[in-house]
Parts: sequence; structure tokens; C-alpha cells
Amino acid sequence: MGTLENTVDKNSETQATGEVPHAIETFGLTRRFGSVNAVDQISFHVPYGAIFGLLGPNGAGKSTAIKMLTTLLEPSEGTATVAGFDIVKSATQVRRRIGYVPQALSADGALTGYENLSLSARLYGIPRAERKPRILEALKFMGLEEPANRLVKTYSGGMIRRLEVAQAMLHRPTVLFLDEPTVGLDPVARRSVWERLLELRRNYQMTVLITTHAMDEADELCDSLAILHFGKIAAIGNPADLKASVGPDANLDDVFVHYSGGTIQEEGSYRDVRQARRTAGRLG
Amino acid sequence: MTSARLVAPPAVSDDSSAVLDFIRQTAAIADIELRKLLRDPTEVLARAVQPVLWITIFGQVFSRVRAIPTGNVSYLAFMTPGILAQSVLFVAIFYGVAVIWERDLGIVHKLLVSPAHRSALVYGKALSAGFRGALQVTVIYILALLMRIPVVWKPLSMLGVVLGAMLGSAIFATFSFIIACLVKSRERFMGIGQLMTMPLFFASNAIYPLAIMPTWLRYVALANPLTYLVDALRGLMIGQPQAHSLLVNFSVIGIIFVVLAAIATKLYPTLVR
Repeated sequence: MGTLENTVDKNSETQATGEVPHAIETFGLTRRFGSVNAVDQISFHVPYGAIFGLLGPNGAGKSTAIKMLTTLLEPSEGTATVAGFDIVKSATQVRRRIGYVPQALSADGALTGYENLSLSARLYGIPRAERKPRILEALKFMGLEEPANRLVKTYSGGMIRRLEVAQAMLHRPTVLFLDEPTVGLDPVARRSVWERLLELRRNYQMTVLITTHAMDEADELCDSLAILHFGKIAAIGNPADLKASVGPDANLDDVFVHYSGGTIQEEGSYRDVRQARRTAGRLG
Repeated sequence: MTSARLVAPPAVSDDSSAVLDFIRQTAAIADIELRKLLRDPTEVLARAVQPVLWITIFGQVFSRVRAIPTGNVSYLAFMTPGILAQSVLFVAIFYGVAVIWERDLGIVHKLLVSPAHRSALVYGKALSAGFRGALQVTVIYILALLMRIPVVWKPLSMLGVVLGAMLGSAIFATFSFIIACLVKSRERFMGIGQLMTMPLFFASNAIYPLAIMPTWLRYVALANPLTYLVDALRGLMIGQPQAHSLLVNFSVIGIIFVVLAAIATKLYPTLVR
């Protein structure tokens, strides 16, 4: 059902706007904070159904980029379309077609898992008759049927993340954005989030954009990726080509270090660190 | 839209009634806030202690002093609507802390990425603040019953009191919401919250009439929404002649609310930038 709807939706947008069928396209997207270019002239496109990774050390501009694409932040310069709609001129149309899992905890601990999803269903205008089956489907898909009626504050970090993904997929978005989806999770919980994401793409043909600074995550999930460095795209391509471009035995860590010109953890401001630790603390 | 369909509608539809959407979304936000409130009412119950202390201690003492001219009603009866307004103010003015908390987590991000009207998010929060105000009304009426304070027990008046308390609560919560959007951090917010409550309370007619204020303070009080709330509540609760008619009082607080809600709607998205 979801498959069919997504296809129909996709086609009608393509016809309506005459755009090439890319789920995300950016043209010189730029965001300045004062004199700092947090995101500096980035251009890339993501085909429908792909999993695309934005990589970079803390402070490279990943979160700023994702905030622009999810309409939370207006670009200072440049444009972008998501699901065929301009992120500034048609922000509401974009919002109807995207799901977003922010880096920080976004499930409400004082509500049950079911109530969290129910709020989303209502905000996204899912008709009353469809709400319950959709919520149950999403909960089942994410393996959260059993704890659905428990308060989220009793959930483990991995369960919360899966609930947030369930919440973001409830309205069957064309594009799903995940900002650092597995930061602060233990290896088992990370793997279970990855498996769900891969299955989400398989079952619902969702396009997924994730940001991460974990190379194993990018290797596992992404069809293609862009490495951000000081707000600019330092390299872009599929993981195999990127590795080959650095050396015969290079892994993604080498690619990352090569293009971001330094070690992985050396950058980032106090604020980034605080944010990441807080998130990790809450999830863990 | 709510009728049963044989064929599932497309996943995305861009044509829906803006007004109906707004109402649905406002109700959704208010509904979950109410659930949270009823699930853990400790905060609201703790807040109920304050008006009890004001009326039982401050009220009793000042009734004996007879320093404040209150016309043909006792001082205790005179101050009861004022204390209701005060407790509405004190509960609502810290509402912004919850907004900042939701921002420090990612809840505000999640709400703002949804296609919900920004104004519906603000009105939903205001409505939920209104419920808290309504709970304070219950506390005050129980107290009045126990202490035999001569309040008007007519259903229509009581309904008016509930409506006034809800509107008042919505005003101060929305004001608090605006401050939260401007300061963005809990520490700064708490400082400003403390700073604001005292002038708002004392530069009003809550515990003394406008008539005994020095002229300059009377002007300040007339610019204070709490004064109109107290005036309306006093008319409805103890039937004392008011400085302004009910229509004027409710219009003033209604207009202030709509203006504040418009400002909050504008500022809300800046919380996540």
C-alpha cells in the first residue's frame, strides 16, 4: 500500500513540477551565522529511494544543512528542492512529504509510545479512521508493540530511537531525514536501527538522508555520501569510489581523514560537545 | 474527510481546509498537554498551596487590620478574586520553562517540521495553560467554601470565572512563551520570570483597590492585563461594582491574548535556529 502511494505521489510531483526525479536537490546552498559560513555553497542531488550520507566532524555543517532541508532554517543563499518542492517557497508542501528525526531526543517521555505517535498522526492530518491501523503498523515495524502503552521515559535508548523513527515514518514521507541517528547507542541498538532503516527503504521506497560521523554507519547504510569540511563538500560519491580515490586498501576512515584534513574528533565547539554528550546521556 | 473510504487516500494531499486543520491541530496539542497534566498533577497541586497561604494567612491578618477600604465587602472576600488571578499568573508565567525544555530536547524541532500551523501549536499550548487556570479556580472555590467566604454561587458567574481564569492563564503563558523564545536558556528565563511576577502582581488591583494607589501607579496598573482580569473576576465572584464593565474587561484581555499569540507564532520558529 505504502509502495503504491509513494509511487503515485512521486509521479504526480514530477509531472507537476517538471523536475528531474530527484528526491533532494541543492544548488549552492549556503547558511551564514555572522561572518561564519556554517554551510558554504553545497550542491548535490539524491535520487528517489537512495540512502545518502552527510559526513563530517562535529561543526562541519551537517546539522545546519539538515535544518535547511527540513525547513527549520532559511538558507542565506542558494536553493534546494525536497520531493520536488522548493524548501523556502513551498515549505508546507515540503513538510507534508518529509519525516525528521532530530539529533536530540524528540519523543516525549511523559507520554506513552502510542500517544507520541497519535500526536504526530493528528498533526499530519491522517484521517481518524486510518490513525490506529497506521500507528499499529509503525509500532509493529519498529518492534515496539509490546511497550506501546508504557511511558517513553521507561524506554531504553534504542527503543526511543526506534520510536522516533516510527513517528517520522507514520505519514509515509517521501524523504526521511535523520540527524546522527545512532549517536550514544550501544552496538546492538545501533545495528537494530540500521536494520530498520534498510528495511524501511526496501518496504516503503523511502529516500533517506542521514548525517553521521561514524564511518561504519556510512559504510553499512549509504549508497552515496558527501564529506563536509568547514561547510564545504570536500568529497562526494559512493563509498567504493571514495575509497578507491584515496588508495588501494583505504577504508572509509582513511577517506574521512584524507578529505577532512585531520583527525576525527579534534574539531567541534564546546556547544557541539555539550549537545552530543547530553543526547548520549539521555539516550544511554 | 472523516467518512469511511473504500480506497485509501493518497499519502499526501495539499488541499485541506485551513480552519479545520487549525482546530484539529490545536486540539491535538491541548489534548496531549492535558494528558500529561492529569498524569502528573503534583506540580499543579503544589501550586495550589500558595493561594491557600495567601488567603489563610495574609488575608486573615489584613482583615483584622482593616487598613484597606473595600466598600461593603470584607477584605477576605475582596482579595479572593485577586488571589485567584495571582495564582493564575504565577502558574502561567513559568510556562516558558517547559518550552525551553522541549527545545533542549528535540521536541520543538519535531513539531516545527510537521505541517501543523505554527499558530495552532501556540494556541494549543495556550489552551492547555487555560486548563491549569481552570484547576486553580477549583482550588479557590473549595477554599471559599471551607472558609465561608461570601462568593456568588451562580452557575453563570462561575462559568464566567472559569473562562476569565482560562483566558488570563493563556495570556501569561503566551507572554512566558515569548520570553522563552527570546532568552532560549532556562537560567536566564528563571531570572526574568522571577523579575516579572512581582511588578505584575503588585502593580495591579489584586490585593488593594485602584483608588488607594498613587496616580502614577494607577496608570501602570491600567496598562497591566492582570488588573482587567482581577476586575472581571471580582465582578463575577463577589458581585462588587467594577471599574470597567465585563465587556471591556473581557475585550481587553481577549485582544491582548490575540496579539501575544501572533507574536509567539512569529517567534516560535526562531527557537530552533
